[in-house]
Amino acid sequence: MLEVDNIHVNYGRLQALRGVSITVAEGEVVCLVGPNGAGKSTTLAAIAGGVTPHAGSIRLQGRSLAGLPPESIARLGVSLVPEGRHVFEALTVAENLRIGAFQRRDRSAAAADFERMLEHFPRLRERLQQPAGRLSGGEQQMLVIGRALMTRPRLVMVDEPSLGLAPKIVDQVYDILLALRRSEGLTLLINEQSSKRVLQFADRIYVVRGGRIHLHDLASNLQDGKAIMEAYFGFGDQSAAPPPTAKRSAALGRVAE
Amino acid sequence: MIGFLQNLIDALSLGSLYALAALGIGLLFGILRLTNFAHGDFISFGAYALIVPSLDVMATKFIGGWPWYFMLPVVAAIVVVLALLSDLLVFRKLRQASAPTLMIASFAVGYVIQNVILMVYGARPKSIDVWSHLQQQVVIGELRVPQLQLVTIGVTVVLLIGLSLFLGRTPYGVQMRAAAEDFRMARYLGIKANFVIGLAFAISGVLAAMTSLLFVSQTGTLSHMMGVPLMLFAFIATVIGGMGSLAGAVVGGFAVGFVSVMLQAYLPQELRSFRDAFVFAVVIMVLLFRPSGLIPTKALAQRV
Repeated sequence: MLEVDNIHVNYGRLQALRGVSITVAEGEVVCLVGPNGAGKSTTLAAIAGGVTPHAGSIRLQGRSLAGLPPESIARLGVSLVPEGRHVFEALTVAENLRIGAFQRRDRSAAAADFERMLEHFPRLRERLQQPAGRLSGGEQQMLVIGRALMTRPRLVMVDEPSLGLAPKIVDQVYDILLALRRSEGLTLLINEQSSKRVLQFADRIYVVRGGRIHLHDLASNLQDGKAIMEAYFGFGDQSAAPPPTAKRSAALGRVAE
Repeated sequence: MIGFLQNLIDALSLGSLYALAALGIGLLFGILRLTNFAHGDFISFGAYALIVPSLDVMATKFIGGWPWYFMLPVVAAIVVVLALLSDLLVFRKLRQASAPTLMIASFAVGYVIQNVILMVYGARPKSIDVWSHLQQQVVIGELRVPQLQLVTIGVTVVLLIGLSLFLGRTPYGVQMRAAAEDFRMARYLGIKANFVIGLAFAISGVLAAMTSLLFVSQTGTLSHMMGVPLMLFAFIATVIGGMGSLAGAVVGGFAVGFVSVMLQAYLPQELRSFRDAFVFAVVIMVLLFRPSGLIPTKALAQRV
């Protein structure tokens, strides 16, 4: 359904992506895993139209997304839940959810979706008229996932769903994503720093580091975790290995958890 | 006491003009990070739309002679077209530009409008009377209030209620608030950037048109610079209210109006000609104690 072919993205002189290719098939759960700053967020932003690759192509169901603004890509059925949640804090919970459906023509189906989201996320129903900024971090994460689903997407991309949330809440978020996948037949592309979660959750895994894909395989072939560790940190890959930093040690801790 | 009440009504009426102009500026700043210094010239343009375009010294009323229920929508439409054109021809090309670039561009747009007015209408100020019958005073007890002040306050209240209903209750209003808070996220949800920005320019045009009608009916004079001081005070109003906050723009507008009128009334006679210096001193005091304005917005804190 989604084909990303050899895209390059620069931020000024910094090369964020140096040839990233990924594919996502209908109904699949694909995870991008890799350390902080590897280019995972940039990859999702490029697909969603937030940044423009200077080389390579991105196709959704055979149609090129090159040059389309983010709102047009969203209308083609790609929904991005960016890192850091981005609820509209001054808007109520209900307004946040409805805003996902404003571009849709099918008003009655949108109203039904609204009800369905509240069944998926009963905590939101109690807070419908509250400003979204007052929700807890976990509730905000549920709200932005619900809001993304209100656009009736073909592909949902979630950037670091566990960032800044307590482990227990992260489990809940992933449980909900899994449940939604089963009930709604979602196609998911997820960024995650923790390889352990990815192994439980994904069908296929890409390891991203330094703006490149270092490993790509079915999750079932990677269950021992060794190959992921090697690709994640670049062991035995002296030329590419950056010197150890505080950030990297922190990532090491996360993978070992 | 009566004197104070009289001053209070003056303050409300002047504050109304500032609040309307400040809202027009604040709306665009909230969504586009554009500090639109051309807003004052939108106001001038709306006022000149009332007369027949000519270099004659005497103004001949054109739209200004129509009954108000035709005059309001037509002048509003003219200024809306002007605002949309300035977006289409200038600001749309600068979507990726920084806030200072946008601000400089707005100065340029303002100069172009001023010079178009100069070319078409000439440099001499012209007098025009719009709604002069509203100069009659309403007597309430010992209080004598020109009807025009009551109309000004009334129109402002209606516009404020209308705008807050639009922003609060309609899907387009919700989209605008979302875009003002997090433009990128709004676009990821399929909200059309150019549409929302166009809507903001259009509303800002309607506000400018209403400001120009109320303003010209008070002063009775047209000049190609007439909107500039109004814009300046409105800009100050948005700053002390809190840039990007619409409630802040309104509060700031009334605050500036209140301070101006009260200083005019209660400063010693020999200092009155320096009134504006005192107004700005108050503004500086406000900013010293509340640097992000009376009603700060979070969106701004993140971006600056």
